[in-house]
Amino acid sequence: MTARESMSARLLELEREDLLSFINAALACTGQDEFYGDATGQALSIGFFHEYVLGNYRRMYAHCLAAGINDFNRTKIIFNLLTTSAGVSAPDRHEEGQLIAAALPELPPPRVYRLFEALVHRRVNNRRTRKIVSDYLAGRRDPQLHALKYRRRVAKIAAHFHLRLDAEQSAVLFDIGRLRRYETPLFETFRRAHYEKRAIYELPYTVAEGLAARHRIPRETFVRGIAPRMTTRERLRLQSSAAALGVDAVAETELSRHSLTRLAIYFLSLPIRERTNRFEQLDAAMTAAARHILRHATAKLGRVALVADNSYSATGSGQKRRRPLALALATHYLLSAAATELTTHWTSPITSLAELRPRGHTDLATPILDALAQRPDLLIAVSDGYDNDPPGAAAEVVRVFRARLDPEGAVTMIHLSPSYDAGSYAVKSIHPAMHSLGIRDVEGVPTLLSFVRFASGSAKLHELQAYLEACAHDLLTREARAR
Amino acid sequence: MSAPTSSSRATITLNGLSLGASQLWGSVRLVPLLRDQPIEDLRLSPQCWGGPTAVSLPDHTTYSAFIPHAFVASWSHDNTPVASLGTQLAHASTSKTNNQHFQVRLAHRMAKRERQRGVAVPRLRFLPLHTAFEAYLALHFAGPDVLRREYSAQVLSSGLSPRVEMVTPGAWLPGLEEALRVFEIRDGQVGVLLFVADAFAGAFVVPHPEDYRRLHRTLLTDCYGELVYCYACLYDGAAALVRPFRAENIGSIADLRVELARARADWTAQLHNMAGGLFEQEVHMQHVYRLGKHYRLHRFLPEFRLKTENHIGELISGRDGETAYLKTFRLSEAQVRRGYLLSVLARHDWDLDAAAKAMNTDKLELCKRLERAGFGELLRAHLRRAVS
Repeated sequence: MTARESMSARLLELEREDLLSFINAALACTGQDEFYGDATGQALSIGFFHEYVLGNYRRMYAHCLAAGINDFNRTKIIFNLLTTSAGVSAPDRHEEGQLIAAALPELPPPRVYRLFEALVHRRVNNRRTRKIVSDYLAGRRDPQLHALKYRRRVAKIAAHFHLRLDAEQSAVLFDIGRLRRYETPLFETFRRAHYEKRAIYELPYTVAEGLAARHRIPRETFVRGIAPRMTTRERLRLQSSAAALGVDAVAETELSRHSLTRLAIYFLSLPIRERTNRFEQLDAAMTAAARHILRHATAKLGRVALVADNSYSATGSGQKRRRPLALALATHYLLSAAATELTTHWTSPITSLAELRPRGHTDLATPILDALAQRPDLLIAVSDGYDNDPPGAAAEVVRVFRARLDPEGAVTMIHLSPSYDAGSYAVKSIHPAMHSLGIRDVEGVPTLLSFVRFASGSAKLHELQAYLEACAHDLLTREARAR
Repeated sequence: MSAPTSSSRATITLNGLSLGASQLWGSVRLVPLLRDQPIEDLRLSPQCWGGPTAVSLPDHTTYSAFIPHAFVASWSHDNTPVASLGTQLAHASTSKTNNQHFQVRLAHRMAKRERQRGVAVPRLRFLPLHTAFEAYLALHFAGPDVLRREYSAQVLSSGLSPRVEMVTPGAWLPGLEEALRVFEIRDGQVGVLLFVADAFAGAFVVPHPEDYRRLHRTLLTDCYGELVYCYACLYDGAAALVRPFRAENIGSIADLRVELARARADWTAQLHNMAGGLFEQEVHMQHVYRLGKHYRLHRFLPEFRLKTENHIGELISGRDGETAYLKTFRLSEAQVRRGYLLSVLARHDWDLDAAAKAMNTDKLELCKRLERAGFGELLRAHLRRAVS
């Protein structure tokens, strides 16, 4: 191999590593406080990473939109692509535009409006962006509801991008008193609610809340009246505060409509006594949610061992309250549904899931050993990767096991980490023999498992590129079908 | 100086305690201390003050310091478990004192039995670390007890007063607050050994795991010596201290388990060695207070050996010498030197020549050392002129 060839091989290797670690970081990081790091550091670190990948591998950066990374990073990619479009060739720009247009409807609307608002503040206003924004707004299933729910933001966006609005929309957004009467029923209710208390209860909860404050309606009366109009997620969020006010109408009984991650977070937010009392109901809901995620899965996973971290660091932070522990719990349910046989080993053993709480030190070595003793096909560890009894023992156990007891690699070992380490631009790994992947929602775990072969380093750059292109192609066809 | 009721020589041990694996954050290493059987009939609770405090002592001297909190020890006479004092009271007193920034709190005695409506209850309020600081500051506080011509009139009439020492509050140590926040308290943990950049800073032990959970953050309000402060400022990391497994003989999971247990044991031994400065030094133990039938509050001073670790502190020992409470402070080099000079002088009846001989030096050099250590005021003017 000549010097030039070895140089280019090294460059390809570098690109593969960069892309992989970027996707890995974008799976976990949300720019929020973590247990072992603050929001400032996280935002700085991930912000730099985005700029680096955007500057060096712009095309692959756009394809990452389809790689199953979290919403925070997808929004960030779209923002970066739209703000730096100068000098991009026409076909690339077209492809980017299509990917962005396909990715936007999959994001939660509040995030999308915040993104558009950020574009407004950055004073981005070109033909491509205008088209993307107006297409997104036109594609909403319920544009009137959005115009009310996100009124201030939509107004700002419409004014900046010169969007064409009909007379009623324009009046609602900019001057509600301009029209005496609205043909659209929702707008008419909204107008009436400015003067009539009763009309408030016909509006969606978030819109009604501000008007209720304007009419000085007591919170208790308001919550009782608005309860039938609440969405399921609003019910889940507000039921305990409503119960404290003595309003039972908000209680959420239909748990099956929620995602597994959300249910796990909800489960951990309950006091232990209530968890014990309602355990059967919650357990059934989480099992059903896990089956729902796997409804298209064809093959079972075989014998799986899960090592789950319930040490004190699983508390997360004020912004991600108990999220690491919730992800461990949700993974437990997901794997129970996905595997033919599952054994779960918690870092500090528990007698029942109802008692689960983040407490104590992190002894990863013992549960990993217990898990390996059963010779599973797949070992999954859900942990932030900081072990301290003794430090580095988990890495040693994995190393020696791979070197001495399992040199052929019969046991696949995967580490899912819910927290991003800002200093090293990666999720903290336990040992290279145990492939580390970031995780934000447990719903993404099946996709992650297909991504493992890249994390293990066995796949080449062109395979990774092909994978990302296939993902992007999927996204575009999915979007076309949805239309 | 409050008269020591009895003084004996001893070493500090961690009776009834075992070490856990350390947790490192930045340069701060915290080693958990675990107790198999928690002590139920002696409990500690905090009393937050947060302000300058003047303590009047039985011999009509006054000890003034920034004392952020006091501990209240409660015990029972008949081995039955006691509940630790409720924290609400302490919180109420904090919010009250917060508005009164310039008030100097007056405390009576270092350790004082609490009374309710004039009746003594089984509760002792004492000032953590300051009980020991006072012993150090009051070391040969009365000055020369033999009238010698070398000493100034001032010191002969009123002793070493005022004696002043500087310490650093934990909140000033960079990284300590974050290290305490991310520290994962273990079940059954009753104490901690604190290292900064792997220099041993101090030990803290309480009777009951619940007390520890409540008092964990008081490490931030404690005092630390100059060396610890410097290390915390200079270093932002410490060695990871990973002990690799010996892989050659491992052929099964059971072997791996054995090796893990061995690694743990090695860890514990190593951490114990790292804190050897405290456990190997011989100390002068001074009895301060008797708490119930079984517990004794002591404070201790080291031998003052130069160029080695010297720790002062206080401890409550229980049945069979079990360490129920321990809090130590690592003296800085200068503080050790001062303690050393005073104790050597006192051992030789304040005779400068004899003391100088014991130190393998001459009188003039000893005077120089006294001057440098901040004890210049001790000497008469002609001696001070001679050395300057």
